[in-house]
Amino acid sequence: MTGMFDMDFIDFMDISTLTHVVPPLATTLAALPALPIAGINWHSVLFLLFAGLACGFAIGVVAADNVVRMALYLVFSLGATAGLFFLAGAEFIGAMQLMIYVGGTLVLLVFGVMLTAQAPLVSIKPSSSDRTLTAVAGASLLSLLLTAAFSVGAWRGPGVGVVPAPSATPLGMALVGVRVDEPPAGTPVGGRVGYMLPFEIVSVHLLVVLVGAAYLARAKRRRTPRPIDALASAMPVEPVAAAATAAPTGRSAGGARSALVGGGR
Amino acid sequence: MMGLVLAPAMVASLATCLATVPLFAVNPFTEPVGVVHYLFVGAVLFTAGIACMTLKRNALGILMGIELVLNGANINFVAFASPYLRAEGAPTLGLDGQVVALFVILLAAAEAAVALAITLNFYNNHATVDVDRADDLKG
Repeated sequence: MTGMFDMDFIDFMDISTLTHVVPPLATTLAALPALPIAGINWHSVLFLLFAGLACGFAIGVVAADNVVRMALYLVFSLGATAGLFFLAGAEFIGAMQLMIYVGGTLVLLVFGVMLTAQAPLVSIKPSSSDRTLTAVAGASLLSLLLTAAFSVGAWRGPGVGVVPAPSATPLGMALVGVRVDEPPAGTPVGGRVGYMLPFEIVSVHLLVVLVGAAYLARAKRRRTPRPIDALASAMPVEPVAAAATAAPTGRSAGGARSALVGGGR
Repeated sequence: MMGLVLAPAMVASLATCLATVPLFAVNPFTEPVGVVHYLFVGAVLFTAGIACMTLKRNALGILMGIELVLNGANINFVAFASPYLRAEGAPTLGLDGQVVALFVILLAAAEAAVALAITLNFYNNHATVDVDRADDLKG
C-alpha cells in the first residue's frame, strides 16, 4: 500500500501545498489516540445534551411570541426532560413523562392552539416594559434558586454512581400498598407506607376532572342560531325566550352570561 | 428606565453566583453528574415557567408556563430519588420521590384538561384568548 503513495502522482502535485497540509494532518492523527476518549463519562455527556436541550427550549418557550412555536418548543423541552429522567434511573417516570406529557397533554394543548388560532391571536406580543420586568424578576429568581441549590454540600458532591435496580416493579407494588424496594439509609423502622390511598384519590380525581372538563368544553352556544332557536325566541311565551331575545342587545359578555346560565340547567 | 438599569446588575449578580460555584472548573465530560446538576436544570425550567406565566397574554401560553413549572419540580423529585446521583453519605428520597413525581405528572394532566376546557369556554364566550380581556368581574 505504501508503494501507491510513492508513485509519481504526488510528483506533479504542488509540493508546497502538500507540506502545508500533510504535517498538521499527521500530527492530528498522531495526537488522536492521546485524546481522553476512554476517560469520557458518557452519562455526563448525555446529561449535558439533554440538559442543554431542556433548558434551551424552555427559554425558547418564554422567548417565542407565536403560540404554535411555543407548543413545539414545549414538546422538545418535555421530551428532553424525559431523557433526564431515564438518565437518573427513573425509567418508569421517564416513560410516563413521554406518554402522558408529550403524548397526551401536549396533544391537548396543540388542539387548544388549533381551536383558538385566529389570526390576531396566534401571536399576542407583550409590551417591552413587561419583557424587561420579567427578565429582571426571572434573573433574580434564578439567582436565588441557584444560590440555594449550590449552598448545600450534600447535593454538590458528584454522584457515587450506584446503578439502580429497575424501579417499575417496586413502583407498581408501592402504588397498591406494598413496599418491596430497598429502604434508603436512615429510614425509621416501620415508617414506610404504601401509596394505596393517594393512588385511589388520584384516580377518582382524574375521573371527576375529565367529566368536568368534558362538561365545561362541550358546545353550548352556536354563533348563528339554529332555525328552531329563532322560532322559539319569536314566541314570547317562555321566560327563557325573553332572556334569549335580550341577549343580542348587549355586548358579547351579556350573551356569555345568559349562555352560562342556560348551560347550568 | 429602572428595569434597564437593573437588568445588567441582575445578570452580573447571576454571573458572580455561578462563578463562585466550582461547577465548570472541572471537565464536564469526565466528571460524574450529581444532584446539583439536576437542580440547575430544574431551577432553569422553573424560572422559565414563572416567566412564561407572568409574561404571556395568551391563556395557552400561561398553561405552558404551568407545565414548565411542574416539570422543574419533577426534575428535583427524580434527582433526589436517584441512587445514581446521590453523593457519598448524602440522604436520598428513594422510591418515594419517584411516586411523588408520578402523582405530579397525573395531576398536571388533570390540571391541563380542566384549564384547557376553561380556556375554550372563555374563547367561545369572548372570541379571544387574551387574558387581559377577561375583566368581566373587575369592580
